[in-house]
Amino acid sequence: MSLRRFILKRLLSIIPILFGVSVITFSLVHLTPGDPIAQMVAMNPNVTAAEEAQLRARYGLDGPIWEQYLTWMGNVLTGDFGEVIGSGRDVSEVVMTRLPETIALGLFGWAFGLVIAIPTGIYAAINKDEFADTASRFLALSGISIPNFWLGLMLILIGALWIGLWPVLPPSRHALYHPEMLWYLVLPGITIGTAAAASIMRVMRTSMAEEMNKEYVTAARAKGLPERTVVLKHVLRNSLISVVTLAATLTASIVAGSVVVEVVFNWPGLGREFITAIDEREINLIMAITLFTGVFIIIANLLADILYAVLDPRIRYD
Amino acid sequence: MTSNEHTERGRIQVSGFDSEKVRQREPLTGWTEESGTETESRLGRAWKRFKHNRSALIGLFVVGILSLCALFARPVTVVGMTVQPFSLAPYDPTTIMYMTPDSSAGVYDSPTLAHPMGTDGSGRDLFSRILYGGRYSISIGFVVVALTGAFGLVYGAISGYYGGWIDEIMMRIVDTVYAFPALILALIIVAILGGGYWQLVAAFTLPGWVTYARLIRGEVLTVKENEYVMAAKALGARDRSVIFRHIVPNAMPPMIVVATLNIGTVVIGVAALGFLGLGMPPGSAEWGTMLDQTRDTLIQGPEGAIPWWATIFPGGAIFLFVMAMNMIGDGINDAFDAQETGIEQQGGG
Repeated sequence: MSLRRFILKRLLSIIPILFGVSVITFSLVHLTPGDPIAQMVAMNPNVTAAEEAQLRARYGLDGPIWEQYLTWMGNVLTGDFGEVIGSGRDVSEVVMTRLPETIALGLFGWAFGLVIAIPTGIYAAINKDEFADTASRFLALSGISIPNFWLGLMLILIGALWIGLWPVLPPSRHALYHPEMLWYLVLPGITIGTAAAASIMRVMRTSMAEEMNKEYVTAARAKGLPERTVVLKHVLRNSLISVVTLAATLTASIVAGSVVVEVVFNWPGLGREFITAIDEREINLIMAITLFTGVFIIIANLLADILYAVLDPRIRYD
Repeated sequence: MTSNEHTERGRIQVSGFDSEKVRQREPLTGWTEESGTETESRLGRAWKRFKHNRSALIGLFVVGILSLCALFARPVTVVGMTVQPFSLAPYDPTTIMYMTPDSSAGVYDSPTLAHPMGTDGSGRDLFSRILYGGRYSISIGFVVVALTGAFGLVYGAISGYYGGWIDEIMMRIVDTVYAFPALILALIIVAILGGGYWQLVAAFTLPGWVTYARLIRGEVLTVKENEYVMAAKALGARDRSVIFRHIVPNAMPPMIVVATLNIGTVVIGVAALGFLGLGMPPGSAEWGTMLDQTRDTLIQGPEGAIPWWATIFPGGAIFLFVMAMNMIGDGINDAFDAQETGIEQQGGG
């Protein structure tokens, strides 16, 4: 199968998954007891049953569930996610203002992971079973095992309260692209990137060590290439392929991590908004963020698969 | 030699077979009766290797200690009967110290001899709460992994064994669930069901099984190509027995590795929900819930002093347990010499 056909087939295969994701999102949220209308009514005993029905009709919460699903899906396909019932704001507007904050956090986390993990992974693989390797393995294991919310709290405790390098919370929030914000991004960014760094480190070490035993490495050494060239030019390239296979999983973990980390650092991103939405039963917002997450991860998986196929022509597409 | 002399095995009638002649013939392979017993136990070999892995043994030790601490922290009563009368924890995890007559302890007291880990924001003994708190996290971790493992095993085995359109449909369902980070689904499920022990089990079981389903399906696909599976089928073994007696045992090692690592992931997930205020009811001695209570005070600081103990100890307990679990998982992985399965990332770990 050619690469183009592989990509096409892979693209087609996500259609039923997208459908499934929308069904799961919708049905989970609609199983939740107590929609915002019920809460409004409970707070205000003067509302009559007729008025309640009217409210429900206005927000499309009446009618059988499949009809609600079709209406919602139709609206979503035209880019209309409804409005936040509590504040009357447009859901897509809320998502769009929160999204850049989360993306900045995620990118910082990814960058931190790569910058830390790749050199360490290379170093550990070259010095396999020496002290540096053992130490880095231990660090990687700790990085995977540490709960991200606790890491965040510890960084606040150490970085903000004991050393005092950062204010506990940014004093006045500038726009996200303000250069000063980069400084406030450090602690949450490290928190979210640590697990990624640890995973990449482990994978890099294993795959580098594996590649080092292959014949092409012996051949490269035999023809007199300096060890530096052998490692950085030949071995590293092949080992990075295994990092690509990890990319989609890591992106998913960063997305999930952002929910917790944003709460720890009071970061005004999509994750914190999600928790608020759950607390306040804002079903339109919950559905929009859940659907967005699902679609984002499906696309990340798709891209990782395609990238993998492009990078490693040896794999068979079937 | 004690080889059996039967000329009839299973349902196949063998006629014109002279067992004496076969025994005298040159062996086709190097297989002997003795080497047969040597390769008998794959588990035994793995255990031998595991025993020499120092970090895995440390992990096992730590998990054992933490589990025993949780079990013996306070007496266990089942339907009015005291099953476990010991009490390691000096105080009840819900007792507020300044409410008791003989105690001078207040809110956020730093660690002293009477309260080795200090007191928390409501004036409860932190050491007792941490010992007791393991009950929630550790048991939920094991229960969830048992449930998801069992379901995923059956699901994946069926999907991989039958293949075709059954496989196609079953795997699309898996792909769909897989598109969500487990923590996001767990959050919504807890929002639906409310907080509590079994609600948390459900929240991590419902999205959690897909990992196992995928893994087992992949293993089944490779294992089922083996000749011994064809032989079993040719002998007329039923599908169920081919799957569960011949295919699944060979797919077990990577499954055990993933399950071990998964316990840690679930423990972190439970604590994360607790931290977000959605797990156990507020005030319960669950490790994550305890961290939630101190977050605000950490940021504001009660009159200048930072109650670091209320943050370090509960989180440290989670970290210690998960780290130990991962050390065991790595050790099992090395012992089985399975390929690097890595640690499952979803779940907010």
